[in-house]
Amino acid sequence: MDIVPALSRWVHILSGVMWIGLLYYFNFVQVAALKAAQADSTAAGITKHVAPRALLFFRWASVATWLAGAALLGGNFVAAFTFQGVYAIIGMGAWLGTIMLFNVWVLIWPNQKKILGIVQASDEEKAKARRTAFLASRFNVMLSLPMLFFMGAGGHAAVFFH
Amino acid sequence: MNPLETLWGTIIAGVVLTGILYFVVRALVGG
Repeated sequence: MDIVPALSRWVHILSGVMWIGLLYYFNFVQVAALKAAQADSTAAGITKHVAPRALLFFRWASVATWLAGAALLGGNFVAAFTFQGVYAIIGMGAWLGTIMLFNVWVLIWPNQKKILGIVQASDEEKAKARRTAFLASRFNVMLSLPMLFFMGAGGHAAVFFH
Repeated sequence: MNPLETLWGTIIAGVVLTGILYFVVRALVGG
């Protein structure tokens, strides 16, 4: 057993489960829960105690997933990202994951900081941040479907692509 | 209407995108 690919695959899957699991938590659970909680004035429990913790693990799991994925690609990194031959399969998954990582750190997290009051923002800025973070998060849910397909298909080209 | 407004719209958009990208990648692989 080659230790680096074995460990990086393990870490990639572990942190990937945490990242996408929390992404699905936000979109399938928290968005609807916040709406209901705002109606009976209990939203602070979520925005103060749950969301910041969930976002902490969410954003750092995204980094760990990407780095472990890059380590796993190893010498095939360029071949994957330039869609060379059979590496186009895992390459598509890698590109989708990279776009999702970008969305986490450039669109979701900076806007969530405004929404949760970690950085100062006016009510108007918060409303705009809420909309941007929501759409970026939903966009990542959409991308997660093909991303997971190509991640899974990458090692099984003969099954999926012939 | 933006499909990302609803969860079902998001999932359907993801499935459609998966189908489109499947054929793109198949062409790239040469299968």
